[in-house]
Amino acid sequence: MPGLIQSIERAAAVLRLLASGARKMGVGELATALDLPKGTVHGILRTLQHVGFVEQSPDTGKYQLGPALFHIGSSYLDGNELRTRALNWSDSLAGRSRESVRIGTLHEGQVLVVHHVFRPDNSSQVLEVGALLPAHASALGKVLLANDPVGELGEQPLARFTEATVTEPERLAEALEDVRRRGWAADLEELVEGEVSLAAPIRDRRTVTVGAIGVSGPVERLCDSAGEPRTDLVSYVREAARAISRELGAIPW
Amino acid sequence: MSQQYIAAIDQGTTSSRCIVFDHDGSIVSVAQKEHRQIFPKPGWVEHDAEEIWDNVLDVVHGALSKMSITVHDLVAVGITNQRETTVVWDRATGKPVHNAIVWQDTRTDQLVRELGGDAGQDRFRELCGLPLATYFAGPKARWLLDHVPGLRERAEVGEVLFGTMDTWLIWKLTGRHVTDVTNASRTMLMNLATLDWDDTLLDAIGVPRAMLPEIRSSAEVYGTATGTLAGLPVASALGDQQAALFGQTCYSPGEGKCTYGTGSFLLLNTGDKPVKSVNGLLTTVGYKIGDEPATYALEGAIAVTGALVQWFRDKVGLIASAPEIETLARTVEDNGGCYFVPAFSGLFAPHWRSDARGVIAGLTGYIDKGHIARAVLEATAWQTREVVDAMNVDSGVELTTLKVDGGMTANNLLMQFLSDVLDVPVVRPIIAETTCLGAAYAAGLATGFWSDTETLRENWHKAAEWLPSMEERARGKGYRKWKKAVERSMDWIDEDDKED
Repeated sequence: MPGLIQSIERAAAVLRLLASGARKMGVGELATALDLPKGTVHGILRTLQHVGFVEQSPDTGKYQLGPALFHIGSSYLDGNELRTRALNWSDSLAGRSRESVRIGTLHEGQVLVVHHVFRPDNSSQVLEVGALLPAHASALGKVLLANDPVGELGEQPLARFTEATVTEPERLAEALEDVRRRGWAADLEELVEGEVSLAAPIRDRRTVTVGAIGVSGPVERLCDSAGEPRTDLVSYVREAARAISRELGAIPW
Repeated sequence: MSQQYIAAIDQGTTSSRCIVFDHDGSIVSVAQKEHRQIFPKPGWVEHDAEEIWDNVLDVVHGALSKMSITVHDLVAVGITNQRETTVVWDRATGKPVHNAIVWQDTRTDQLVRELGGDAGQDRFRELCGLPLATYFAGPKARWLLDHVPGLRERAEVGEVLFGTMDTWLIWKLTGRHVTDVTNASRTMLMNLATLDWDDTLLDAIGVPRAMLPEIRSSAEVYGTATGTLAGLPVASALGDQQAALFGQTCYSPGEGKCTYGTGSFLLLNTGDKPVKSVNGLLTTVGYKIGDEPATYALEGAIAVTGALVQWFRDKVGLIASAPEIETLARTVEDNGGCYFVPAFSGLFAPHWRSDARGVIAGLTGYIDKGHIARAVLEATAWQTREVVDAMNVDSGVELTTLKVDGGMTANNLLMQFLSDVLDVPVVRPIIAETTCLGAAYAAGLATGFWSDTETLRENWHKAAEWLPSMEERARGKGYRKWKKAVERSMDWIDEDDKED
C-alpha cells in the first residue's frame, strides 16, 4: 500500500469538523480544534473552496460546507430526513416511557426541535416542531454541545431560567464532560421548575452526532425518590438513540 | 418465562418488511428489503414473485437476528400485502408461470372496457362492490389466462393456482391454498353478501373456480410454516389498507383512516352491512375475525401520492431523498399558482378515469423548483379532499377528524396542509406503522396473544395532531384551481396510444 497523504487526511478532518453542521467556523477555530498551524488550515480551506467543497461567508469570513459536497454523497442529513428515519423509534420510545419525545439538532447555538411525539395519554398537546430550546438548559442541548467537535457553549452569558440552571461556563464544561463520559444527559428542572428531560446522542455512519433524542416530563415521573433520573427511562432513551443510529448506519451490527 | 412477540410481514409494492411487536404493540425490530420493479412496456408493472418470496424470508430472519431472538420466541406471524397484485403458479413445481402483474398495471384497460360493454363500468358493482378498472385482480388473472399459452386449459383442471400476494406467501409458508376475505374482495370475483366466489362473476370475467384459493377469515391459523420458519403459526392475512384500518383500531362504524404510502387509501368502517357508493368509492370487506360476522368498509383509493415524491426524487433529481422535499418546499411560501395532477396511470377515486395522464398546471415564469415541490406535496392533500367529499356524501356522515398513518405522516408541511384543506384536525397514532400493526393484531387475536379488540384500542394513542389554520377563502380558491387542473388531465389517452 502506498503511503497515506497527510494533507488529504487533514482536509478530511476539516470537512468532518464543518460537517458537524452546528455553525460556520473560522480559520482560527479550525486550527485550534485540529491542533494545526493557521497557515496550513488556511491553505486547505482555500483549496477546498476552489473545488466547491466549502464556502466562505462574505460577512464573517467563516467557513461552512459547500453545495458541491452535498451532491456527492447522501452523507448530508437533513432535519426532515432525520425525522423520517427516526419515526418508528421515537414512537416506540414514547410508547415505552409514556412521556413525550423530542428530537433536536443544533441550530446557531440553540436546539431546533425537528420531531415531537406526544405523551401517549390522549390529552390535548401542541406540536412543537420548529421550536428552539436553550442548549445549556436542556438535555437535548447538553448532548449536542457535549458531542460538538469544538464544544462551543453558545451565547454568553448563559441565561438563567430556574434556580437549577447551570450558568457558569466552567460548571457547564464539567457537566458536558460527564455527558460525554456516560453517554446521556439530564436536565433536572434547569429550564422549567418541576420539569425534567433526559437525552442521548444520535450518530450517523461517520459517527458524527447528528441529533439528540430525549423524553421530558414532570420530575415526579422521571426521577426516583432520591431525585435521580429513573434508570429504566435512561435505558429506553439510550436504546432509542442506538436504534436510530443503527438506522443511519453508525453501528454495523 | 422469556418475553414473547408477534411478527408481521408487510409484502408491499416496493419492498417487503418484517416488524416484530411486543405485547404493548411497540415495535422492537424492523427489517426491510426492496424488490425490482419491472416495466416491460409503458403502463405495465410486474414483480418477480420468487424474488419477493426470497426477500420475505430474508426480512423475517433479519428482524429476528437484529434482536437476537429465534422463531420460537414468536407466537405467530401475520401477513399484510399489496392488494390486487396477481400471481399464477404451477401447483406441482411451485414456479410462477409469469411475473406477478402489479395493481398499478394498466394492461387490462381494453379488457375491462369490453367486460363493461353497454352496461359500463358499474356492471358488477352490485355483486362485488367495485367498478370495472384495471386495478383489480380478476381481470389480471383473465389476461394471464388469455396470454400465457396453454394456461387456461391447465387452470380449468387445477394444475395452476391463482393468488394475490397473501395467498402466494401463505402457500409458500404452509403449503395451503387460501386467501382472506379482504384480499378476495379485491378480485371482482367474490360476492360481497355471501363472501364466496360468485359464479356469475367467474363466468363473466372468465376465471375458472378450480384455480382459486379457499376464502377464509382475516384472523385464524391458516397453517404452520415449514422450512426455515418451521413451527410458526401463520395466523392472519389482510390487504394492506384493511390492515391499517385494523391497526388504527377503527372497530366501530363511522371510524376511518387514511394511509399515506405509494398511493393513499381512505377507509371508513360501515359496520356489518356493505354500503353502496354512488360517488366513485369502493365497497370492500374491512376485516373478519374468525367466526364473527364480517365488517365492511367504504374505500377511496388514490393511485399516486408518495409515488409522486419518489418520481420527483428519482426522475427529476432535485432531491436526494424523499423527506428532503419538505426542505425544498419550505424555501417558498406557497405553490405560486402551480398545481400538479399526478394521473400517471389514470385517476382513481372518485373519478376512475383511465384516459387521464399527469399535468402540471398554472406554470408561469415565476415558478421555481420550490413551488413545484409544494405542488407535489399539495397534490396528496387535494386528492384526499376529493375522496373525503365523496365519503361524506356516500356514508351520510361528516368526517370530523382524519386519522392518518404511513410514511408521509413524517412530513409536517403536508400534514398541516392536509388539515388546512380538509378543515378538520389530522391526527397520527403513536405507531405510524399501522399496516404491520394491524396484521400483528389480527394474528395476536387469532392465537390469544391479545384477548379482544378493546385491549387493542387501549394501545391507540395520539402521537401528533395538526389543526386547520387556513382561511375559508384560500381553501375555496385552492380547491377550485385544483379541480380545474384535474379537468385538464382527462381525455389525454387516444385510441392509437394503446397500439404502441
